[in-house]
Amino acid sequence: MGILDKLTGRREPSSRTVAKERLQLVLVQDRVQLSPHVLQALKDDLIDTISRYVDIDREAVEITISQNQRESWLVANIPLSRGRAGSRR
Amino acid sequence: MGGRIITITSGKGGVGKTTTTANIGVGLALLGKSVVCVDTDIGLRNLDLVMGLDNRIVYDLVDVVEGRCRLKQALVRDRHLSELYLLPAAQTRDKTAVSAAQMQALCDELRKEFDFILLDSPAGIETGFHNALAPADEVIIVTTPDVSAVRDADRAIGFVEAQEKGPARLIINRIKSDLVRKGEMLTIEDVVELLAIELIGIVPEDETIIMSTNRGTPAAMDRKSLAGQAFRNIAKRLTGQEVPFMPLPSNDGWLKRLTRFVRPASS
Ligand SMILES: Nc1ncnc2c1ncn2[C@@H]1O[C@H](COP(=O)(O)OP(=O)(O)OP(=O)(O)O)[C@@H](O)[C@H]1O
Ligand SMILES: [Mg+2]
Repeated sequence: MGILDKLTGRREPSSRTVAKERLQLVLVQDRVQLSPHVLQALKDDLIDTISRYVDIDREAVEITISQNQRESWLVANIPLSRGRAGSRR
Repeated sequence: MGGRIITITSGKGGVGKTTTTANIGVGLALLGKSVVCVDTDIGLRNLDLVMGLDNRIVYDLVDVVEGRCRLKQALVRDRHLSELYLLPAAQTRDKTAVSAAQMQALCDELRKEFDFILLDSPAGIETGFHNALAPADEVIIVTTPDVSAVRDADRAIGFVEAQEKGPARLIINRIKSDLVRKGEMLTIEDVVELLAIELIGIVPEDETIIMSTNRGTPAAMDRKSLAGQAFRNIAKRLTGQEVPFMPLPSNDGWLKRLTRFVRPASS
């Protein structure tokens, strides 16, 4: 813990909390065998494909892995562009 | 269909599979069940030492598989419990000496004679692990509450699911209650939430395990051993009894307890 933290009374999270958070991230990747790198590539491809049909807000697209018990889902949140909806290039 | 074949396995090595197999074996035998503990860790025989039967071995599992003796000749009866047996692993061979199909055939024979067939699996997700998994009706995953063991347990659970041997059940071993209380160790709830499988046992870190292993008399034989009680509870749960999980022990010495009593505000 740094001296500043001591003075301000801020505490480091317990090693238990850190362990749990690290494991949560690692287990998601282990289970679906998708590295962050591959997930980003998938996201880029998906955006390109969808963009051919409809205008989307590229920056706002979210692709996440969601888990419940031991089952995993890819969840995509793809906001459509405002205004020029439906007008394709 | 006869006895139940239960494989005791893990992802990471050294988390307590052999200790668990011996102690659950004792626990089940104390409940009047006939039990055989099979050491499938070929080349790294260990269960015989933990059960205290190392000086009684004549034949081993590979001798049976290769037809050098009959199955009954290789079974070693426990020194204390007449319904508990060991089928030892070969020490001078390697894991390729037995195939999954041979293990399956062997277990089908044992199923006719025993209520419970407990398979002590080797560590690591390779040949030995698959051979021990192949005949399983049920699977128990052992882990300790540390990051690498939990991560590897998750991989092992994934393999069990892929082999359609699931759902596996979980034993969390070597829980250090003082560290848990200080927030410096994953809690039981954390591990169960992370691995998302059913919990069947929690076993404290307990020096009686080391002492009983030294003597070759599993802690489950010892009425006073806390870990021994934890293992007996698991045996009861396996037979369908509902047994509450025991509270974590306080390992604090009397001095610490006294100071806490004197200065209650400080803790
Ligand atoms: N609850 C416990 N308290 C204290 N020591 C323990 C406990 N459980 C296991 N041990 C010790 O941990 C060590 C490893 O245990 P064990 O041999 O059962 O693990 P294993 O998973 O079978 O190992 P391997 O993967 O090498 O087969 C042993 O020295 C054992 O005595
Ligand atoms: Mg072992």
